Amino acid sequence: MTTTTLNEPATTGAAVTENKEQPEPIQRVSIICSKGTLDMAYPGLIMANGARMNGIDAMVFFTFWGLDIVTEKKMDHLHVATVGNPSMPIPTMVGGLPGMEAMASTMMKKQMDDLEIPSVREMIEILHDSGAELYACRMAMDMFKLEKEDLAPQIDDVLTVMDFYDKSAGSQIIFI
Amino acid sequence: MPAVEFNSLTLEVNEEGFLTDSSQWTPEVAETLAKEVGIDELTEQHWKVITFCREDAAKQGAPPGLRRISKLSGVNMKELYQLFPKGPGKLAAKVSGLPKPQGCI
Repeated sequence: MTTTTLNEPATTGAAVTENKEQPEPIQRVSIICSKGTLDMAYPGLIMANGARMNGIDAMVFFTFWGLDIVTEKKMDHLHVATVGNPSMPIPTMVGGLPGMEAMASTMMKKQMDDLEIPSVREMIEILHDSGAELYACRMAMDMFKLEKEDLAPQIDDVLTVMDFYDKSAGSQIIFI
Repeated sequence: MPAVEFNSLTLEVNEEGFLTDSSQWTPEVAETLAKEVGIDELTEQHWKVITFCREDAAKQGAPPGLRRISKLSGVNMKELYQLFPKGPGKLAAKVSGLPKPQGCI
């Protein structure tokens, strides 16, 4: 039995020139989640999960409003911003009316449910099970007077910014 | 197009190593594909995942995403990562002889 290495790109294909070196695959990503709105929570979580599904090491660092994504009392109630969000198909003045933000958030959650997109809490559980490392920012925790017990149990540790860089050795850093 | 030879059979694969003709798949082919992605031996749990993926793809017309596998195959997320450490999202489908899943979850 002979096998060729499947992982290597086609060497016979015309599109691949002979001496062209393949770019290094990404080995590890560090994703900083700094925003607490629903629309800014998902990109970081989906990207971290996508990395793990693709065999890439991932860590997520929750800082500032991003802490809401992993704070027990808030993570199930994240909202879409209806004011100051130019992509919202309603005027800012209308978006500011009482109840608008709650309504838009409910609509978006319903839509995501229909598409079988997991809730924020389930995303955190999936990330933890996938082996992604999840960290909270020390300074933001102090600012918001939070203790580790206030956070989802999947959070591995509370880190300073220097710890963050130490743990990000060799990482691509993505700020959201 | 790259090809991998197996016994007297030549398997057509795309540039990412996925079988281009799912009907060429056999359990022996799965073992060959598994070795290519660093899995030396397919265990009973691997087979549970592979069987689910193939049956689900036949029913749905597309390979299942990882969350779907973890919910319906009887193998949980944590274990899926142990079974396919280099990325269960695509490797479960690859070893099962299916195309790369198109979902993000």
